[in-house]
Amino acid sequence: MSILTLFIIIPTLTMIGILFSKSHMQVKWVSVVGMSLQLLSAIALILLYLAERRAGNMAEVLFVQDNVWYETLNIHFYIGVDGVSVAMIGLTALVVFAGIFASWNIEDLSREFFISLILLATGVFGFFICLDLFTMFLFYELAVIPMYLLIGIWGSGPRHYSAMKLTLMLMGGSAFILLGIIGIYMYSAPGGGPLTFDLIRISKQTIPIDVQRFLFPFLFVGFGVLGAMFPFHTWSPDGHASAPTAVSMLHAGVLMKLGGYGCYRVAVFLLPEAAHQLGWIFLILATIGVIYGALGAIWQKDLKYINAYSSVSHCALVLFAILMFNQTAMNGAILQMISHGIMTALFFALIGMIYGRTHTRYINEMGGLMKVMPFLAVAYVIAGLASLGLPGFSGFVAEMTIFVGAFQNADTFHRVATIIAASSIVVTAVYVLRVVGVLLLGKIKNEHFEDLPDARWYDKVSVIALIFGITLIGMAPLWLSDMINGGLGPIMHKLLVAVPVLN
Amino acid sequence: MLIMRHELLLIIITVILLIVEIFLPDTQKRKIILPAILMMAAVTVLGFFPGTPGVLFGGMYQSTQLTMLLKNILNIGVLIIFIQSVDWLKQEQNKEKISEFYILMLSTLIGMNYMISSGDFLMFYIGLELATIPVAALAAFDRMKEKSAEAGVKLIFTSALSSGILLYGLSMIYGTTGTMYFADVAPMITGAPLQVLAFIFFFAGMAFKISLVPFHLWTADVYEGAPVNVTSYLSVISKGAAVFIFTIILYTVFYKIAVMWSDLLYVIILLTITVGNLFALRQQNLKRFLAFSSIAQAGFILLGIIGASQLGMTTVVYFALVYIFSNLGAFGVVGIISNRTGKENIDDYDGLYRTNPNLSLVMMLALFSLAGIPPLAGFFGKFFLFTAAAKQGYYILVLIALINTIVSLYYYLLVIKAMLLNNSDQPIARFKSDTYTRIGLLMCVAGIVIIGFASSVYEFVYSLSFGLY
Repeated sequence: MSILTLFIIIPTLTMIGILFSKSHMQVKWVSVVGMSLQLLSAIALILLYLAERRAGNMAEVLFVQDNVWYETLNIHFYIGVDGVSVAMIGLTALVVFAGIFASWNIEDLSREFFISLILLATGVFGFFICLDLFTMFLFYELAVIPMYLLIGIWGSGPRHYSAMKLTLMLMGGSAFILLGIIGIYMYSAPGGGPLTFDLIRISKQTIPIDVQRFLFPFLFVGFGVLGAMFPFHTWSPDGHASAPTAVSMLHAGVLMKLGGYGCYRVAVFLLPEAAHQLGWIFLILATIGVIYGALGAIWQKDLKYINAYSSVSHCALVLFAILMFNQTAMNGAILQMISHGIMTALFFALIGMIYGRTHTRYINEMGGLMKVMPFLAVAYVIAGLASLGLPGFSGFVAEMTIFVGAFQNADTFHRVATIIAASSIVVTAVYVLRVVGVLLLGKIKNEHFEDLPDARWYDKVSVIALIFGITLIGMAPLWLSDMINGGLGPIMHKLLVAVPVLN
Repeated sequence: MLIMRHELLLIIITVILLIVEIFLPDTQKRKIILPAILMMAAVTVLGFFPGTPGVLFGGMYQSTQLTMLLKNILNIGVLIIFIQSVDWLKQEQNKEKISEFYILMLSTLIGMNYMISSGDFLMFYIGLELATIPVAALAAFDRMKEKSAEAGVKLIFTSALSSGILLYGLSMIYGTTGTMYFADVAPMITGAPLQVLAFIFFFAGMAFKISLVPFHLWTADVYEGAPVNVTSYLSVISKGAAVFIFTIILYTVFYKIAVMWSDLLYVIILLTITVGNLFALRQQNLKRFLAFSSIAQAGFILLGIIGASQLGMTTVVYFALVYIFSNLGAFGVVGIISNRTGKENIDDYDGLYRTNPNLSLVMMLALFSLAGIPPLAGFFGKFFLFTAAAKQGYYILVLIALINTIVSLYYYLLVIKAMLLNNSDQPIARFKSDTYTRIGLLMCVAGIVIIGFASSVYEFVYSLSFGLY
C-alpha cells in the first residue's frame, strides 16, 4: 500500500471519529489529532520524495498504487505523485491544519462543521494524488459541494446568496470539465486498444488537433472558474466574504489552487497543441484578471473583499504563468500557488480573528489595532509584505520566477502582457500598505476596541504555522523549486514535442 | 415452470393475500402487514437465485438473464415501498383497505414482469395494461380526498388515451409485417412510411408511460394527488419498468431504423430534461417538485438509450437502479413527514435539521444522489450515462444535459437549503419514526452509498446487457 492512501484514510477515520464524538471539545480534539497526523504524513511524504529522488529514482511518478475499479470502462484507482503534487499536498496539509485551529470558536453544530471541513480537505487531497481522470473529477466535485453547507450554515452576511452562487458557478465549471474529460477519454487510444482515463498513458498519446481545439476551452474554462479566471471570478469575492474563517482559508488557500492545478495538469498537459494555439485568448483574460483584481482590491472597504480581490489577482497570475509555456514560468506558477495559498490563508485567518474581536470588517471603522493586539497586527504586516512580494517571503520568490520566465517570450504580445501583469505589483503595494496604515496604525477610533484581547493560544498555533511556511519558502526556496522542476519535466517535454517553436 | 419463476411467485403471494383478505375481519387487517412484507422479501431473495432462461407459449414469453435482473431490480423497489408504506397504511382511514393496497400493487408488478419478459407485442400490451389499471385504483386510494380521486381519474384517462395510441401503432406494425412476434417483426422493419408512423405511435404511447415531454402533462397532478407511497411507486417502479421494455424493444425490434429513433430521441431528450427542470424550479409542493424532477431524470435515462451500445444499455439499467434507491429515499422522507404532520411544502421543511437530523440527512443524501454529487451512486450513474451518449458523438447533447444538471442542482439545493440553512419559528416538531420507516430509509441510504463504490454491480449489469454497436 502506498503512503498516499494515508491521505484518504486519515481524513476518513477522522470524520468517523468526529461522528462518534460526544462533546464539542472532543470534536475539536479529534480533528486536531487527525489533521496533525495528516500534516506529519505530508512532511514525511516530502522527505521520502526528496530521498527517493536523491537516490536516483527518476520515474515520472512515485509511490504509485494502481487498483482496477470499473473494469469495463477501464477506470482505475490510480494514485501517484510528482514534485508538483507533493508540493501541493504539503500546502494543503498546512492550511487545513491551520484552519482547524482558526475555527476553534465554532459552537453551533460543531460536529457537522468539522466533518464538512475535513470532507472538503479529503476531496482536495484526493484530487492531488489521483492520476486517473475519473477519480480526479470525483474528488474535485467532492471538494466543491461541502462549501455550500459550510458557507450557508456557518457563514455571515448574505450567506445564502453567496453559497448558492458559489456552488452553482463551480458546479457549472465542473460540468465543462466533465465534458472535457469524457471527450479526452473517447480519444485516449488513437492507436486502438482500450480507452483509458489514465493521465500518464494519455499524455503519451497525441489527441487529434481538431478534438483538442474543441475540448481545450471547456477544460480550461472549467478549471478556470475555480481558479477565479476573469470573467468567471464573481463567485469568489461574495463567497469569501460570507464564508466562516476556516472556510475562506481553505477555499482561497487550497480550493482555488485546484483550478490552477487542473489547468496545468489536465488542460495544458493533455492538450498541448490546442493550449498553444488558443492560449492567447486565456492569456489576455488572465492578464486582465491580474490587473483587475488588484485594482478591485483598492476600492474595497471590507477586509475580506480586499483579500478576495487580491486573490483573484494572484490566482490569475498563476494562469498567466502557466500560459507562458516555459519551465521557469511554470515553476513560478506552482510556487505562486503555494505561496499564495499559505499567504492568503494567513490573511483570512487574521481577518477572522480581528473580526471575531471587533465585529466589523470595515477598515475605516477600525484603527490603531497595533496597540491593542500587537501579535495579530504584526502577523498582518508580515502577510501584507509577503503579498506585495518583499524579498525574504514566499511571494517574492514566486513572482520573481514568474516574471523572469514570462519575459523569456520575446514577442511583443507576451512582452506587453508581462509588463501589464508586472505592474500589478505596484497596485498590490498600494492596497496592502493602505490597509496596514488605516487598520493597524494611527489612533484607536473606537474606545471599545481598547480592551480587546490579543491572540489566544489556538490563534497563535494557526498563525505561526502559516508564517513559518511563508518564511521557509522565502528564505530557502531552492529545495522547493528543485522539487517542482523535477515534476515539470514531462509537461515541458510534451510541450516541446507538440510545439517545436517554443525552443 | 422455473422459467416463469418471478411471475409465479408473485401470483402465489397475491392469491394468498386475496384468500386471507376474505377471512380477515376489517379490524384485524393490520395483522397482514408483516406477513406481506416478509413474503415480498422472500420473493425478492428467491428471485436472485440463478434461474433457467427459456421461452414459453411459442415465443410470447421469453426469460433471459437480463429480464431476471430487471425483475429483481423492480422487486427490490417494491419491497422498499412496502416497508415505507406501513406507517401510512396503519392510519385510521386505511385500516380496512390494507390488503387491497398489497394486492393491487402486486398485480401491477406481475403485469410489469410479463411486460418485460414479453416476446411479442400482444403479451407486451397485456402486461402493460395489467401494469397500468390497478395503479389508477391505487392513485385514488385516499378516496375521501378530492385530489386523490382526481389523480385516479386523470391517470386512467391518460392511460386509456396512450394505450389507444400505442395499440393503433401496434396494429399498423401488424398490418405491415403480418406478425406480432418481436423476432419476426424485427427483420421486416424497413422504414416504410406506414411503419414509421406506427413507430411514432408506439413511441408516443411509451412516452406517456415514461412521462416524457410533451406527453408529461398528467404527471404532476397525479403525483400530487396520489398518496405518497403510490406516487413513489409511479415515479420509480412504473417508470423503470417502462424504460426497461422500451429499451429492449428499441434495441431488438426497431434496430433497423435506429438512425430515425435516435433523431427523435435527441429532440425528446432535450425537451424532457429542459422542461422538466424548468418546471421543477417553480414548485412549492414537494410531491410536484419530485414529479418534475423525475421527468428530468427520465430524460437523463434516455441518454443511455440513445447511446445504443452495450455501455448504453448498462447505464440505463444501472441508472434506473440508482434512481430507485435515490428517489425512494426522497419519497420516504416526504411520506413520513406528510403522514405525521400533513406538511408537504418546501417552506414547511425550514429548520428540519435541527429537529429531525436523521430524516434531513437521508433527504440530503437522496437529493445529492439525484443531483449526481460524488461519492454517491447518482454521480456514477450520471457519469456513465454521459459517457454512453458521448461515445456516439452526441457531445452537444451531453453539454446541454450537463448544463441542465446545474439547473437541477439548484432546485435540489433549495430543499437542502430549507432543511439545513433556514431557520424557522415553527419547524416541524421532533418525532420518532417507526421501525419500518427506518428500515426502509436505511435500505435506500445503503443503496445510495454502496452501489457507486461496488463496481461489481455495474460489471454484472454490463455482462448481461447488449447493444446495437
